[in-house]
Amino acid sequence: MNIATILDMAAEAFGDRVAVACGDSRYTYAELREAAYRAAAAIKASNAQYVALLDVTSPAAPIAIFAAAFAGVPYVPLNYRLTKPELNELIERVAPAYLITTPEYAKLLEPREGVQIVDREAFLSLPATDAPLPEIGDDPRAVAVQLFTSGTTGKPKAAILRHENLMSYIVGTVEFASAEEDDGIIVTVPPYHIAGISAVLSSTYACRRMVQLEGFEAKAWLAACREHKVSNAFLVPTMIQRIVEHLTEISEDANLPALRALAYGGGKMPLSTIQKAMSLLPHVDFTNAYGLTETSSTIAVLGPDDHRAAALSNDPAIRRRLGSVGKPGAVELEIRDDNGKVLGAEEAGLVFVRGPQVSGEYLQQGSQLDADGWFPTKDRGYLDAEGYLFLDGRSDDVIVRGGENISPGEIEDVLLSHPAVADAAVVAMPDEQWGEGVAAAIVLKPGASADVAELQELVKGKLRSSRVPQKIIFKDALPYNELGKILRRLIRQDFI
Amino acid sequence: MAKTALKAGSRFKSAVSDAQVMIVKAPAGEFELGCGGIAMVGGTAAAPEGVALAAGDAGEVLIGKRYVNADESLEMLCTKGGKGTLSLDGVALEIKQAKQLPSSD
Repeated sequence: MNIATILDMAAEAFGDRVAVACGDSRYTYAELREAAYRAAAAIKASNAQYVALLDVTSPAAPIAIFAAAFAGVPYVPLNYRLTKPELNELIERVAPAYLITTPEYAKLLEPREGVQIVDREAFLSLPATDAPLPEIGDDPRAVAVQLFTSGTTGKPKAAILRHENLMSYIVGTVEFASAEEDDGIIVTVPPYHIAGISAVLSSTYACRRMVQLEGFEAKAWLAACREHKVSNAFLVPTMIQRIVEHLTEISEDANLPALRALAYGGGKMPLSTIQKAMSLLPHVDFTNAYGLTETSSTIAVLGPDDHRAAALSNDPAIRRRLGSVGKPGAVELEIRDDNGKVLGAEEAGLVFVRGPQVSGEYLQQGSQLDADGWFPTKDRGYLDAEGYLFLDGRSDDVIVRGGENISPGEIEDVLLSHPAVADAAVVAMPDEQWGEGVAAAIVLKPGASADVAELQELVKGKLRSSRVPQKIIFKDALPYNELGKILRRLIRQDFI
Repeated sequence: MAKTALKAGSRFKSAVSDAQVMIVKAPAGEFELGCGGIAMVGGTAAAPEGVALAAGDAGEVLIGKRYVNADESLEMLCTKGGKGTLSLDGVALEIKQAKQLPSSD
């Protein structure tokens, strides 16, 4: 079992179909396979143990993913936003490596024995070789992809995804060659994100054209969608928010007649954003996809019918599902309490998943699965009576106040309901009496005002007194990473 | 082929057509995989000569389809299409219906 099979099949079945469109450059599926063959020969000749990519999105990303698989070494995309010391430390961990990058990023790299730096343009124009076609490896346990976690709590961990994890995800959830001739998908998450990798694999297996943009900017995204008649898209919630803001600002129709399906994930979607997006794009099917790096991407989806049913319903139990991440896909899912007891509907606890796509494994730390194969996602959440999953933040973010577990999410939702509040983050602060106390950082809307007592009163009225932030500070903006994930560890520092 | 252990990831090709399959999961034990009534051959082995598709086998193996036995303990993916009906120890395999999710990525 090897993910190179995915490209092999697409090239066999729809070799003439466009696989990648980026600027003026085009690759058909047959050309993509040919490029991957050439790259695999170069990688093999280099004796590298890893294929690393330090670059924005370009055709080099899908080529490198499949070339690494043909060559039988793991693919490691690196975060080009890291600092110079961070990058060099990661590269040391993957040497000897075949490292594809651009002059701009190459400047950040210290020379290192065993690391062959290959310019992207050279990588894209490798000559044909006489080397025999690579024999696709059949070891399902071989590592296909290694992704470094963002390392918010320490040194980045190297999450590994084996060929069997990724193949079972793709084969189990995507119908081969299911894309129509004219379909095209635009994915604007960076290549080092699991969603960027799974998008390449899913699109190739579906034989769907991939439209590439170097980065995300709302206006450019809309223009690319129109120009390439994009039918499918994947965005993180922050990007949808930017598109909604842009369309509202210019008060024009979205004018995306070809767009049929828009999937989002990678962070919490604000209710108001998805509601606005659905009303701006009434003809589009929205899907919320919840997944983790360690689970080979998506494990639960809230599909288009669920979105519409929730938006139209007057029943609060159905209406609130717009804030759910849907039902488990090809995995089993359980909610457990801190002692490991499986909880029932509406009981909040820790989310555990199990299934062949779940790797749950880090290179140094080993497998995190329990004896029965369950992986602790470290996400908190609960299921409703019909099995819809609602997430409630990371377990690391829970505030333990006098033995009581308090989830920041519910307090943030109440604070955000205040008309003057633009953004809110609730974190733990040290407290002599309770161990931890509740603290909140607030961003007010331009020109709006609200005082501390008023916000405390709001929380007290809607929740209970233990949830009331004992300290509230006002800020100009809250810190987010480039994919819109809030950096709570930075906010916590304001309360120490 | 004599009966052989089937391992996830291993590949077999038809002795009588272009069909190729990859094992996704397999039960323990030794079995004979067939296509068109003739034993399939392992990935790199050469096909035997002088064999032909069983008369009356109008089956077709379809690329991208998954094939399973009755209790779904065996699952294979067709990686290249071709003529013939797939079988496990002489019993025809069925196409597994995909549990397709809304396109999420």
